[in-house]
Amino acid sequence: MTVTAPRGSQKKDTPSAAAVVHTGTSEIRELFTRNLRTSGIYIALVAIVALFAGLTGGASLGPGNITNIVLQYSYILILAIGMVIVIIAGHIDLSVGSVVALTGAVSAVVVIQYGQPWWVGVLAALATGLAIGAWHGYWVAYVGIPAFIVTLAGMLLFRGLTLVVLNNVSLSPFPADYGQIASGFLNGLLGGQGYDLFTLLIFAIAVIGYAFNQYRTRKTLISYNQLVPSFPLFIAKILVVAIAVMVFAWQLAIARGMPLVLIMLAILIMVYSVIMQRSVFGRQVYAIGGNVVAAALSGVKVRTVNFWIFVNMGLLSAVAGIVFSSRSNGAQPGAGNMFELDAIAAAFIGGAAVTGGVGKVVGAMAGGLIMAVMSNGMQLMGIDQSVQSVVKGLVLMLAVAFDIYNKRRAGSR
Amino acid sequence: MADHILEMQSITKTFPGVKALSGVSLAVERGEVHAICGENGAGKSTLMKVLSGVYPAGSYGGDILFKGQTCSFSGIRDSEHAGIVIIHQELALVPHLSIAENIFLGNERRGASGLIDWHKTNAEAAELLASVGLREEPTTPVGQLGVGKQQLVEIAKALSKEVQLLILDEPTAALNDNDSAHLLDLVRALRDRGITSIIISHKLNEIEAIADHTTVIRDGKTVETLDMTDPDVNVDRIIRGMVGRDLEAFYPDRDSNPGEVVLRVEDWTVKHPTQDRLVVDGASFEVRAGEVIGVAGLMGAGRTELMMSLFGRSYGKFVSGKIFMHGKEIHTRSVAAAIEARIAYATEDRKAFGLNLIDDIARNISAASLGKLASWGFVNHHEEARAAEFAMKSMNIKAPNVKSIVGKLSGGNQQKVVLSKWLLTDPEVLILDEPTRGIDVGAKYEIYTLINSFVDAGKAVVVISSDLLELLGTCDRIYALSTGRITGQLPAAEASEERLMTLMTKEKELTA
Ligand SMILES: Nc1ncnc2c1ncn2[C@@H]1O[C@H](COP(=O)(O)OP(=O)(O)OP(=O)(O)O)[C@@H](O)[C@H]1O
Ligand SMILES: [Mg+2]
Repeated sequence: MTVTAPRGSQKKDTPSAAAVVHTGTSEIRELFTRNLRTSGIYIALVAIVALFAGLTGGASLGPGNITNIVLQYSYILILAIGMVIVIIAGHIDLSVGSVVALTGAVSAVVVIQYGQPWWVGVLAALATGLAIGAWHGYWVAYVGIPAFIVTLAGMLLFRGLTLVVLNNVSLSPFPADYGQIASGFLNGLLGGQGYDLFTLLIFAIAVIGYAFNQYRTRKTLISYNQLVPSFPLFIAKILVVAIAVMVFAWQLAIARGMPLVLIMLAILIMVYSVIMQRSVFGRQVYAIGGNVVAAALSGVKVRTVNFWIFVNMGLLSAVAGIVFSSRSNGAQPGAGNMFELDAIAAAFIGGAAVTGGVGKVVGAMAGGLIMAVMSNGMQLMGIDQSVQSVVKGLVLMLAVAFDIYNKRRAGSR
Repeated sequence: MADHILEMQSITKTFPGVKALSGVSLAVERGEVHAICGENGAGKSTLMKVLSGVYPAGSYGGDILFKGQTCSFSGIRDSEHAGIVIIHQELALVPHLSIAENIFLGNERRGASGLIDWHKTNAEAAELLASVGLREEPTTPVGQLGVGKQQLVEIAKALSKEVQLLILDEPTAALNDNDSAHLLDLVRALRDRGITSIIISHKLNEIEAIADHTTVIRDGKTVETLDMTDPDVNVDRIIRGMVGRDLEAFYPDRDSNPGEVVLRVEDWTVKHPTQDRLVVDGASFEVRAGEVIGVAGLMGAGRTELMMSLFGRSYGKFVSGKIFMHGKEIHTRSVAAAIEARIAYATEDRKAFGLNLIDDIARNISAASLGKLASWGFVNHHEEARAAEFAMKSMNIKAPNVKSIVGKLSGGNQQKVVLSKWLLTDPEVLILDEPTRGIDVGAKYEIYTLINSFVDAGKAVVVISSDLLELLGTCDRIYALSTGRITGQLPAAEASEERLMTLMTKEKELTA
């Protein structure tokens, strides 16, 4: 691995060879530890994908199965987006599973029992989610009750309300158009022989956008005098990602095309990443999680921000509720059971800190995918439910231990 | 040959991107008080963390000889076992636990059954408290004590471990003059009992008063060790070692020509947030353009409480009072509104209240100005980075770059980050609460210069300080505060330490 260390203005002549070697080695080490810290999770994801590809004889990477993973775990990923924001601010939300159930139930009642069009059900579910989020936000932000307690109460409360709304029985089926939300595909928009050109095109655009974004980040880092990988290494990294993404795209394209859910998920990930990294609101969330008093004394309206964090979690829970009810083609009293734990695990595996102030949306997505690939792989292998649970628990434990170990090694306290 | 209890030889310690120590040597004689001086970021705290095993053997280079034996401590328990106890710059007491519980934390006094023997615990704690001269019940929760007393509890805790070498990292930084004097007396008494101490401090007159030897560190290297009994060695001599040149004056000169009143506060009264008593009682004061005013007061006089409550009511329960900016009343009910009204308050406790320690320099500096740096709710990263780069240069912040994590900076550099953050909000009134706490002489001078150029631009500054000399050296006028009331004001020219002290200790009677 080679490293260039830009210092100040661009083209400056390199100092004596000895000096370069000396700083070079320590910088390689630093770059490596730092990269391990930030990209450990992605490496782990690749490793787990490879592991299960091996164990299942490639079946886990088959076109049908890839599409399946996306559909099956999309709602966990949606929840994890909201959850990582809650966790960055130093809170937790234990109620999301119940909220998924309740919002799905509301939608089902509106669409199935009252015969309203699908979008009325969607709106009703979203409104319910927002109201629940506001309820949590009010108690956490304005009354000052710890989120753990508020959402623990919410978990019981909204599960109970689900039973009330559904009258203790399952409701199904939804009309076909509602089902499209979770199992619809965009296929054949641009044609193609045996593969969907549109899917490939969308992914190609995404890859180019990613490369461009990475290039800009690299330039900014250089202007801050930060250490960056050498140019060939940088290109290599982008190529690897591009190939992986395009293989994934190809598998989708020769299966059923572009799942609608995936489009929605991609938009959510992008929007929320930008919000968390670039917006004032996102900054304030990190500031609150890092040091709430300092944030307050810097003019951050802590209560308002906390309130909206929970409103947002409610909204995303509703989105997950809609997708889940659409996918399961109905509403069940027990829907969404334990989803909160998957979402929380995704955030922590993805590098969020229990103490708040640290975490990333993409990290949580990687964390969620690790859980998804593992569960899916073990299902394909026909491994018992009990063993699956044990493995998942161990992975959560190890992931966080690995993260802490890396942080120690990188010399931070 | 002197009898050395401790020898540290060519110690080196590297953090990612920073060489904190590059060959420090230190020799401490048995039974002496040995001072360590150096600028912020010179590596003093790091050296002591190496010595006490916070950084375990293997993570640094060089040798440590304690009582003639090579040591390789793998943790703080090892060094404590050997008789070395460190009291860190940031106190490490548990506020909800009692004094006795804190003293024996990790070292509990047990009875025959293996359970904690509370009689023994409290009785021994009482003895230790008596030996450090602290008159408090051992069962009092530590959180109820002031910093000065907490510091004594730390020392009592060290004594409970049969300490032979006591390390005090800036023990008096947060203490007022009385408490400092008491603490230094205690260190002398310990010396008489044969306990060796290493003391780090930026208060050089204290060093002059107490130390037998002083080792000066600059940029991670030992510069020299001074024998304090030598009549030629004085504060100026130490400073020359620290900064490598003579410092002309402690306080830069400033022509003061105050203009019109910028901020006026009338009859400001604030209640304690939970208890039913007044913390600030009818305080009125004003500060003019181009003026620096000081607020003097003892610990608990309500200086910080007064200023924080003015700053968007960020402390206590508002009872009554008015704030005027340029003669117009303003109603700043939130910190955001206060910042909007161009008031800034830099806190005395930078770690707890001032900084997000896990975030980087740039994002800390911009934290109070995000509105200004953003358009459509999105932060302009380039402007943010530029502002941070500018602050790093103009404030002389020592760090690899603006993306460095603030928690890893030395205390003085953290303080500069706090100041940069508030200067970036472009305030008209800058309230500085203990702005030079834990800051080296050179950086102090830089901060005073900064205050001067700030008021020269027609802005106003309010300085709270426990260091009366600092107030006398930097302010135009000084208000004295005692138990929540303003007991008088003096132009700096007429003020003296004695006159301020009289006002600061005046109780419950109003001066017209
Ligand atoms: N954990 C760490 N990671 C990275 N750098 C560190 C860490 N701890 C200290 N440093 C760096 O090492 C240098 C020495 O720091 P140290 O805290 O020892 O200074 P100091 O002399 O005690 O200063 P002060 O008087 O401000 O307390 C500084 O440049 C600091 O930024
Ligand atoms: Mg220090």
